[in-house]
Amino acid sequence: MDLQKLITKTKKTVKSAKAEENLDVIGKSVLRVDGWEKIKGAAKYTDDLEFGPALLFAAVVESPYAHARIKSIDISKAEKMHGVVKVVTGRSFTHKFGLYMTDRYVFATDTVRFVGEQVAAVVATDAKTALRAAALVEVKYEELPVVLDPVKALGKKSTLVHPDLKSYRHVPWFFPQPGTNIAHWRKTRKGDLAKGFKEADLVMEDTYYVPRYAHCAIEPHSVIGLMDDSGRLTMWTSSQSPFTQRNVFAQALEPFGISHKDVRVISTYIGGGFGGKAGVSMEIIGAALAMAVPGRPIKVLWNRAQEFYNTYQRQGVTAKVKMGAKKDGRITALDFQLYWDAGAYVEYGANVVNAAGLSASGPYKVDNLRIDSMCIYTNLPPGGPYRGFGYSEFLFGLESHITRMANKLGMDQVAFRKKNAIKEGDILPYGAHMNPNGIREAIEKVEKEIKWGVKEKSKNPKKAIGKALVCFWKSPAMPPNASSSAFLKFNEDASINILVSGMEIGQGLLTVMAQIASEVLSVPVAKIRVETPDTDRNPYEWQTVGSHVTWGCGNAVKRAALEAREKIFDLVQRVHCLDKSTLYLEDEKVKCRTRPDFELRLRDFVINGIQAEDHTFKGGPIMGSGMFMPEFTSAIGDPETGQGGHPNVHYTTGSAGIILEVDRETGKMKIKKAVLAVDCGKAINPDLVRGQIVGGLMQGFATVLYEDMRFSDKGKLLNANFSDYKIPTSMDMPDAVVPIIIEVAQPDGPYGARGVGEHTMIPAAPLIANAIEDALGVRIKSMPVTKEKVALAVKAMKK
Amino acid sequence: MKPHTIHFKLNGEKVALAVEPNDVLLDVLRGGLGIKSPKVGCDRGDCGTCTVLMNGKSIRSCLALAVEADGTEIVTLEGANSRKCTRKLQAKFHEKNAFQCGYCAPGIILSATELLEKKSKPATHDIKEAIAGNLCRCTGYEPIVEAIAEAAKGK
Repeated sequence: MDLQKLITKTKKTVKSAKAEENLDVIGKSVLRVDGWEKIKGAAKYTDDLEFGPALLFAAVVESPYAHARIKSIDISKAEKMHGVVKVVTGRSFTHKFGLYMTDRYVFATDTVRFVGEQVAAVVATDAKTALRAAALVEVKYEELPVVLDPVKALGKKSTLVHPDLKSYRHVPWFFPQPGTNIAHWRKTRKGDLAKGFKEADLVMEDTYYVPRYAHCAIEPHSVIGLMDDSGRLTMWTSSQSPFTQRNVFAQALEPFGISHKDVRVISTYIGGGFGGKAGVSMEIIGAALAMAVPGRPIKVLWNRAQEFYNTYQRQGVTAKVKMGAKKDGRITALDFQLYWDAGAYVEYGANVVNAAGLSASGPYKVDNLRIDSMCIYTNLPPGGPYRGFGYSEFLFGLESHITRMANKLGMDQVAFRKKNAIKEGDILPYGAHMNPNGIREAIEKVEKEIKWGVKEKSKNPKKAIGKALVCFWKSPAMPPNASSSAFLKFNEDASINILVSGMEIGQGLLTVMAQIASEVLSVPVAKIRVETPDTDRNPYEWQTVGSHVTWGCGNAVKRAALEAREKIFDLVQRVHCLDKSTLYLEDEKVKCRTRPDFELRLRDFVINGIQAEDHTFKGGPIMGSGMFMPEFTSAIGDPETGQGGHPNVHYTTGSAGIILEVDRETGKMKIKKAVLAVDCGKAINPDLVRGQIVGGLMQGFATVLYEDMRFSDKGKLLNANFSDYKIPTSMDMPDAVVPIIIEVAQPDGPYGARGVGEHTMIPAAPLIANAIEDALGVRIKSMPVTKEKVALAVKAMKK
Repeated sequence: MKPHTIHFKLNGEKVALAVEPNDVLLDVLRGGLGIKSPKVGCDRGDCGTCTVLMNGKSIRSCLALAVEADGTEIVTLEGANSRKCTRKLQAKFHEKNAFQCGYCAPGIILSATELLEKKSKPATHDIKEAIAGNLCRCTGYEPIVEAIAEAAKGK
């Protein structure tokens, strides 16, 4: 879409948004429709489902090495154990699979590539027997050199993690470099970089380091698979992506002649996802075991340690930033090299790398830039999607660097950010145009809230107070044709069931979908039921990731509701001879603008039709269906520059601020106030948006203050539990968190809404690092920014 | 190993069943007894999602052996749902949209019930401490702490 068209479209939308000002349910903090179920303990999660006494249990045999050749597997002792039904190895599953790149096997076949990788599985009548038998499987390995550092992995002499990279199938927007450890190299080039640096009054270059992180959803992954005797595979999975899972299962099991219609995925409530339950990770084991032992349901339940080392991890990154700016603060050039530690398999993680490579300019207008985002194989657990999807990682370096640039120029850093903040219509790194956004309003509100510019002193002379303000943005990283769909059906009493496959992962999707239908059809939210999906019954949804379902699935539900309304009006026009353009819905009734005496209760006809004068009935059950796919996107651009495509649908922007108190000696920090302003287009449910802000910020602060994944020099994760990998408790709450909602309508969003879920954790790390520098004058360039690091840096500075 | 027969009160009802000496209370509750509100989270007492009340005190049922329940009274959220204090808390949790994914909710509600039954006017610090052993990854705890405080004030 060209700029002019976009602007025209935006103006139109602003107009239509005004017409929609009289909203009854949208914009109201309706209570969660899944609230009571969860609060009463009635909500069922995958592991809560009952399968009766036929249920079998699986335990997995795991690789103790980060990189080794499998010489032999002896299953004879395990097979003989009483209670063991079957021992399964990679020999039965020789087909590769993956979401964006087929680089994985169900079980390692000839090579293991990370510590904990599944090599075989034991299926037994109870979980204890399965575990004991798994310990009896004898695997002989020949160790291979281990690749742990992404930068070293680029060396000419480095061992290759995937020597067969050339043969892997992948989406057309990936650019693997066979013969190296580079699984994908996203290059984005815009303007004239050399000219940009030449123009600059200040050029600064530095390297920032972000380690790996774990999602730590409190519910571990679990899957139950059943291949019944009729040849139908049903999978109960704790998943953010039931349809994508169905697709990947069908792909992985293709040699068995399985078709999509034979695979059914049922997902109940999930106990937190944060990206970790997107795509397919351990669930593939459940599918394979169901194929190997047909006729009985088989459960695979991950323990907490496996949750850490064999699902997805957030990838680490070494980020080299070189930036040039004029004295007035205008950024003239940005050269950003991102070296991602993507792990042993990148079937999903490579798209994180891709997303960052397209958007690492941050929410700033940069005319001359070069971004190299390299997805590098290592012998560490597979990297993958994690709330923020690459943006948290690059933002640490970028926003740390911007503060330092501004300080060096002697310029106020907030003024620097305002000067460069992206505007609607500005050209994005890959050549498309920026959507309407409220980033300036966000900056101004945060600035006010933290009293930017007013230096504060702690009452305690041992402590210093620092402030910071940063900006963030993020776009959903989706295939260009990722789509959503919805069914809506009325019941006799005019209550409604909505069928979608967007997942309730805690964000409040079910409530928001009910609100959208309620607004269109005048049926109260309390009379609308929305439930978690079953791929046999519910219509298609790509995945619940990328903070896109309020927007995508919301559009589909709105269209389904509009279609149902249209059917209602058509019917009333036909039977009552009223012009349908004069009809409207109010209080669950059809009313007419020209005939105030006319009203027809929905409950009187939405199933059984309307009785005509001749006593016959017209109509029938009212249903609506809706679909949504962004039709303006394309992932195909020039591989050398990234120019020419339109890979991202839109960006959500915002700004965050902090007032941080820090002990000058011990480095101990206390967040006195954290503020986050996000432009969600339209807050369909403001309370739920605030929930995302407060919770997301805390998850972000955890990555910078507490969490730290440690690996041995042999690639073994050393802290795969909550005692050694600390996530925040109630004792770690900031003193105050101020959520601020900005609403600059998204032209193609339902009621102007765009996503907000991931964005709230993205700015946390640079906030802390910048506030520490403001307070104590030390700069920490590697995450996490622990009190220990701060104390040591202060000590080093004094010397 | 020889099975033991244990007797205890579960949510007000008498229960007798045979367990192995190394059976964990959480597994017995969720498995044989079909009580699903205590969840599996970490299996080592870190996360608190398996919290139940044993003789009125909150415990981690993943760290208790089933034989330890012999002769005790166990209450899970299924049983606490009818308690006045729990219901008062639940109304506030609902009003505050205090949970997101809901997985930690049963454990936190039991910890909060234990607190309010012992201390009707807790300070904010007491509330934070009472749920410090229950991890929540979604909410940042703020709405949970607020809801407990308001339930205590009877607002």
